[in-house]
Amino acid sequence: MAVPILKQGDVLIASIQLALTDVDLVMLRDALVEKVSNYRTRGVIVDVTALDVVDSFASRTLRDLAHMIRLRGAETVIVGIQPDVAFAMVQLGLTLENIATALDLEEGLAFLAKTNRRQ
Amino acid sequence: MTPGAPDSAVRVAIASSDDVVIARQKGRALAMEIGFTASEATLIAAAISELARNIVRYAGAGEMLLRDDGNGMLLMVARDQGPGIPDVQAALRVGFSTSGGLGMGLPGVRRIADMFEIVSNGSGTTVTVGKYKR
Repeated sequence: MAVPILKQGDVLIASIQLALTDVDLVMLRDALVEKVSNYRTRGVIVDVTALDVVDSFASRTLRDLAHMIRLRGAETVIVGIQPDVAFAMVQLGLTLENIATALDLEEGLAFLAKTNRRQ
Repeated sequence: MTPGAPDSAVRVAIASSDDVVIARQKGRALAMEIGFTASEATLIAAAISELARNIVRYAGAGEMLLRDDGNGMLLMVARDQGPGIPDVQAALRVGFSTSGGLGMGLPGVRRIADMFEIVSNGSGTTVTVGKYKR
């Protein structure tokens, strides 16, 4: 299942609608890294509100995605990690080190606006 | 559903990343059905995702059996006829991986398990994980 990627100003928003397979996650990572340069993006938001599970592969792929996008000169914010998903991630010892997270899309956009003003 | 009877069981054939998602969704549904909280069911779904992915990655194909043991425990059995795990102790160490992964999968599952057992040899691997309701 392809994740729709919307462009709003200089921000790309990927809104995950359904449970994603490992293959879908890798496709999302690659598509975002490529689109960041095509659209001269300053920030990327990945909305994981609808993601049913964040396991070791998903957390690694989200981390890789954010690091790759940072190398391309843009910032990533992961938004919408649900309380149950956060609980499971902590129990399993999974982290999203050095990656910005925010409560929801609105907070994510506010974070990026603040970050980009500083630059 | 009669209390004490092992009456809820699900079997999912695992051969692709789509099957991994199906297995964890069925596992979550079963956990909710037998009275786990939503939060515990998410944890169970994550554990199933790790076990099923290992089948696809290391054995190519296999199956997952999910069932209520009738005493408040959900059993997750991942079974394949792959090449087996050469060093089970190493596979349970955080940071160890032979596939380029981060080595967080199996150690994480063991950490949350109330019962955990691996039987692995040249003709396959069976991982059995049990989780009690809180």
